Amino acid sequence: MMAQLIQEAPRFFTYYNLLFLAQAVGTTIALSAIGCLFGLLFGCLISVVRLTEKPWLAPLRWIALLFTEFFRRVPFLVTLMLIFFVFQLSGANLPLFVVASLSVTLIASAFLAEIIRAGLLSIHRNQWDAATAMNFGLIQTIRFVVLPQAWKMILPPAFGFFVMFIKDTALASQIGVIELTFAGKVLNNKGFSAILVFGTILILYFAVSYPLSRYGHYLEKRLAPSRH
Amino acid sequence: MVIIWRSALHHLVIKDLSAHYGTVQVLDSINLEIARGEVVGLMGPSGSGKSSILRVLTGLTPLSAGSVSLNGEVINYSSAESVRNMRERSAIVFQQYNLFQNMTALENVTIAPVKIRNRDPEEVEAEARALLSKVGLTDQISRYPDQLSGGQQQRVAIARALALKPEILLLDEITAALDPELVSDVLDTIRALASEGMTMIIVSHEMGFMREVSHRIAFMAQGNIIECGKAEQIFNSPREARTREFVSKILKH
Repeated sequence: MMAQLIQEAPRFFTYYNLLFLAQAVGTTIALSAIGCLFGLLFGCLISVVRLTEKPWLAPLRWIALLFTEFFRRVPFLVTLMLIFFVFQLSGANLPLFVVASLSVTLIASAFLAEIIRAGLLSIHRNQWDAATAMNFGLIQTIRFVVLPQAWKMILPPAFGFFVMFIKDTALASQIGVIELTFAGKVLNNKGFSAILVFGTILILYFAVSYPLSRYGHYLEKRLAPSRH
Repeated sequence: MVIIWRSALHHLVIKDLSAHYGTVQVLDSINLEIARGEVVGLMGPSGSGKSSILRVLTGLTPLSAGSVSLNGEVINYSSAESVRNMRERSAIVFQQYNLFQNMTALENVTIAPVKIRNRDPEEVEAEARALLSKVGLTDQISRYPDQLSGGQQQRVAIARALALKPEILLLDEITAALDPELVSDVLDTIRALASEGMTMIIVSHEMGFMREVSHRIAFMAQGNIIECGKAEQIFNSPREARTREFVSKILKH
């Protein structure tokens, strides 16, 4: 088998195939990055909204709650299909990549909102009390007091989610976005052996997600230093 | 005219104040008038509502009935502005210190004046250093709370409260976690503040200190003020049976 793979390799690793794979990796990274960054942004917003107590913000709190509970419970593929067909029916002719980006953002926002909220709530009540008694507002309390302490609780699950999320973007292939998994299928269909193709895809996924985990560890050390 | 006269006399007036935690009533129609510069001690068994009074005053626990007036003006606890005003004039020192764990001792003292009150950072830091050395902490100011002893944290918390330049200082069991030799340091600070005319409400079990520093002592039980009077009277000739029982128990040891 090894001999067969070595024999096939020069035919597989051609300039055009490598270019095709590079573009696919780019799409996977872009989808993941969009999901993680916008997810982080909206996740922060949603978790803060859910921590407000003002009565007139109750409708917003309900929307935030509904949003997180809904998108955390629906399979990614279903969300993707739903967004895809909604846009198709409405006649908006959006590129597939935009549809996929929108879906990953929705999912990531819901999951990260819950991770961040859990992290913020893990900080002892007396920290909130002290800040409140000194006239800190909600945002100031979170920014100066709670978030700096909550990183320790937020970063590990958040980066665990990011790494899982990179793999989940493979589902975008189902609506025809040419990301890494889709590229694998294309090359396999062209007649290259499955082991060679998907072995390469596997290594590429690893190459994308491993540095991310390392970065997560680095951030944990930097933002949540242990003094003991 | 009457209002002005009253406000000159009474710094803080607590009237028929009640509060609940869920269905449990923690304060039951409390009445207490505190004059400017007066030091009032709250004494009583655990769960009698001493700390709850302080929490309600700062707006951390909602009141269910009654009112609190500061300088003759009723504080509206459902108005953010009114509560903010109260919090600008008062400072609380918590039993568990509640120091911000992510900040050094110095940062704990400077954060609110700088970030919330937008005062000049250099001026605030100079004041903070002076306050910290006043409470006996000069070498530890760049340590984090978890690198400080309980007594040191307590004194940082006092410095943090004083940096807010409060009119009214609320102290919740501030000597409970201190080494005996540190108690006198902290008490000296409080005594000095009392002589400077700071209005204070002190929750404490430190009877010697209470007797010395408080102008009046209120004895509490089950969310009520059972008896309120001069320290000598409460300790030596309590009127109520409950007070007598409590005082005799704590004076025994």
